[in-house]
Amino acid sequence: MSRGWIVGVFVALVGVLAVGLTLNPREVPSPLIGKPAPAFELPLLEAPAKRFSEKDMIGQVWVLNVWASWCPPCLQEHPVVTALAKDDPAPVIGLNYKDESANALAWLKRHGNPYRLVAQDLDGRIGIDYGVYGVPETYVIDRQGVIRYKHIGPMTPEVVRERIRPLVKELRGAG
Amino acid sequence: MRARLAALVLAVALAGAAAAAEVGQSALDKRAALLEQELRCLVCQNQTIADSNASLAQDLRREIREQLAKGASDQDVKDYMVARYGDFVLYRPPLRARTVLLWAGPFLLLALGAFFAWRRVTRRRAAEAELPADERARAAKLLE
Repeated sequence: MSRGWIVGVFVALVGVLAVGLTLNPREVPSPLIGKPAPAFELPLLEAPAKRFSEKDMIGQVWVLNVWASWCPPCLQEHPVVTALAKDDPAPVIGLNYKDESANALAWLKRHGNPYRLVAQDLDGRIGIDYGVYGVPETYVIDRQGVIRYKHIGPMTPEVVRERIRPLVKELRGAG
Repeated sequence: MRARLAALVLAVALAGAAAAAEVGQSALDKRAALLEQELRCLVCQNQTIADSNASLAQDLRREIREQLAKGASDQDVKDYMVARYGDFVLYRPPLRARTVLLWAGPFLLLALGAFFAWRRVTRRRAAEAELPADERARAAKLLE
């Protein structure tokens, strides 16, 4: 084999590995994008007698944020969620995932409650339907109830600015 | 005597039923265990659901067992998981346009290696055969 070949193969390998380094293996593409948001009807954290269903949001673009009081990255994300909710491009609904009511309520009291309302997924079954595996996770759902975007892990201000806001704006504009 | 016989029959019948239930249970367990080894735990990506102690893995093990108990086939369970987490949950990814390289890659590399090895060998042979006449004569002299 000529030297040119060896150098060529080496450069190609370095190229492939360099691209690999920039990818995030935790960002598994969700098969739920473009599919209807899985149905649920869950008690509200602050009023367990009342229930919330994803159908209640048909006709609106909304954001579903999965969180738990036991999840440190959720606390890290909390200011970002708060800023998003305050700015209010779309209602932000919380899905309290595998948490204890008392802990969740205390967490919201201590850090502030950015959510329009919080639905309680005590045993994590709805989380499974939404393919949740690393709280926090955030979904953008359109007027027809279709999942348009999913973010895994804590949202950063950049994610909100560059992905979520433009998408919400676009979806709201699109009738 | 009759009472004793009835008791014996009852005991045998109960034992049989218990054994049958146990067999049913263990067949289901076996299927669940096999499935759990084929499915990836997304929380700790290099472990199967069977190996992982993550709370999601526990939930999914429970879900798999419940679905099998309800009569779902192995494929039903896999479809259920793929619908939620994508092909990535399968340790044996399906053959699709996107995964062709994944499946064919090792064979392509093997073929590439075989090609270069073959070329090298044939070239060397050609080089040996093409020894110039004067050098061949010198070699022959040396060998004498």
